[in-house]
Amino acid sequence: MNTSDLAQFEEEEAISGTGEGDEIMEEAEEQEDGYTSSTPTSTLTWISWFCSLPGHEYFCEVTEDFIEDDFNLTGLNTMVPFWKEAMEMVLDVEPDEDASKIPDVSIVESSAEMLYGLVHQRYILTRVGLAAMVDKYEAGIFGSCPRVYCMGSNVVPCGRSDIPGIDTVKLFCPNCNDIYVPPSSRFQGVDGAFFGTTFAHLFFQTYREFSPAPFWKAATSSSHSPRSSTGSVAHSATTATFVNPNPHGGQKRAAGYVYVPRIYGFKVSERAKCGPRMQWLRLRPESPDELEMVDWRGRWLDDDDEYDDDDDEDEEEEEDRQMEDFDPDANDDDDDDDDEEEEEEEEVRKGGARQHAVATAGSARTIPTANKSLGSGKLRAVRQWSPAVNTQGVVA
Amino acid sequence: MLHRAVDDVSTGSDSDYSRFWISWFLSSKGNEYFCEVDEDFILDRFNLTGLNNEVANYTQALDLITDQLDDDIQDELRGSLDVQARLLYGLIHARWIVTARGLAKMIEKYKRAEFGRCPRVMCLLQPLLPVGLTDIPYEKSVKLYCGRCEDLYSPKSSRHGSIDGAYFGTTFPHLLFLVYPTLIPPKSGPTDIGATTAAASGTREGENRIRRRLREEMDPTLAEGGGENISTASVALKAERYKPRIYGFQLNETAKLQRWQEAVRDRQVARLEELEERGS
Repeated sequence: MNTSDLAQFEEEEAISGTGEGDEIMEEAEEQEDGYTSSTPTSTLTWISWFCSLPGHEYFCEVTEDFIEDDFNLTGLNTMVPFWKEAMEMVLDVEPDEDASKIPDVSIVESSAEMLYGLVHQRYILTRVGLAAMVDKYEAGIFGSCPRVYCMGSNVVPCGRSDIPGIDTVKLFCPNCNDIYVPPSSRFQGVDGAFFGTTFAHLFFQTYREFSPAPFWKAATSSSHSPRSSTGSVAHSATTATFVNPNPHGGQKRAAGYVYVPRIYGFKVSERAKCGPRMQWLRLRPESPDELEMVDWRGRWLDDDDEYDDDDDEDEEEEEDRQMEDFDPDANDDDDDDDDEEEEEEEEVRKGGARQHAVATAGSARTIPTANKSLGSGKLRAVRQWSPAVNTQGVVA
Repeated sequence: MLHRAVDDVSTGSDSDYSRFWISWFLSSKGNEYFCEVDEDFILDRFNLTGLNNEVANYTQALDLITDQLDDDIQDELRGSLDVQARLLYGLIHARWIVTARGLAKMIEKYKRAEFGRCPRVMCLLQPLLPVGLTDIPYEKSVKLYCGRCEDLYSPKSSRHGSIDGAYFGTTFPHLLFLVYPTLIPPKSGPTDIGATTAAASGTREGENRIRRRLREEMDPTLAEGGGENISTASVALKAERYKPRIYGFQLNETAKLQRWQEAVRDRQVARLEELEERGS
């Protein structure tokens, strides 16, 4: 990304009088006003002043004793030129008499900014720093995710590198686990390293209640009509209590709807060249168990090259079958159910050998069980992104 | 929201109408997403079938759009008529941009990135396309579709955030990529349209210039219905994604989700590649 690029990107924003970003800005300013009015201007610290500058809304105020503790600054003195002068500026210490050897005060200013930024990167990883940032988060200072189906999930600032001068600050959305360019050009001058790569994620590890769970189940009414899923469902869903069985995982209900492109009301088939290719990026499984179906290499645990021999007509069945091995425990308890659901199969086999059928069910590792418990969940997730095969004719 | 935006513009400027309503409408602030609908499209009543039920004062609104309204119409009516004319123009617009000529006009705007660029960092400023979430007016505001990540984003500016999504419709961006498969953005690497001013930076300059020349040789606008030999079966594998890390280590729960998502992707790719093999 170079500057002309960004300039063009920002044009739109610059014209807008009352963008969303601006509203946030106003809020931030109000806070600052409150602060400055209670404090005489003469005693306004460099840190408060720096954090009140336009574009610096994402910064929180680092406490002076954190900066004064040399341990917290380990290694920074090699990265910041005019270290001593920069420290004096940040801490509002009267400079020494021989300060005149610095050719230009603006050099010290940029050093002070760098120093503060790098200390800030470390500070926001501490308990106090995280607490300071959570206040800003809850106040919506960092803005919300531009992605429509994140339903305005709040974002946090995030760097792409811990080394200054690489890239500007980005915004991390915990709902889609993705990063975005801040909507306002004010933030184009803010270095991402001043927030660092770790903060955003440590933040959501620390405050699990703000972190959306990795699974999502559409409310039954919405699974059929995605249009209605946006507003009403989100509301009804948030009222019910939500529990993630993983106590260390996200404790918030995710906004999980994934956009489905349609042409004249028909889903675009994935078989079309322009068909959906990226829905996986936003997809969530319906239940946490499904996450376990993929091993650490990213392969399906039961992936016995099922795609080498499937026919179009069999697709759904194939998907059923790949559940097979997942729930061996359920095998014993559900034998009766197995029998019932196996009945069709039995008939085909010309009955009589009921025991044999049960044995088959056992050896086939609970096809019906899979259908019953995990299968239903899995299948629906799969169907959600799998195309409406029949519409291909319409679309292509 | 919609009404407020409409009132703001319409009250002050009644007197200084430029000669044609449509060009006035297009040039007024906040209407940057709209393209010009050809007059003969509007004049062909077949194209307007059913719109008389959607728009009050349909006849006068249509006259206003086509600059045939009598001057002696009352001022009060004129005010409300303006709202109806916008609605009518919007609904005609939604039908127009899915025609061959309408698509071509929108492509020009798309190439100039007039609908903005994708805010997703990994999309590298991919230009966006407007889309509605419903084809019924007064329900949902316009959203922006990114052809690279295939997702929807809200416009940055509230001016555009208050435009009715039905004026663009649910079909438009997908029909565009269906008709012009050569315009489907690559899943990785720099955007090669709408970025002509942006592309030149340092070492990448030469590479981009070559790319652009290649691009110009097979002018995508001429390739309507073409692109038979494009394969998009495995493009998703090239897509970059962000991986959250704490002190360089991936997060357990997030990494698990991302592995699952990638497994879903791989399965789709395998499915599509197999289909393609059998098809060819």
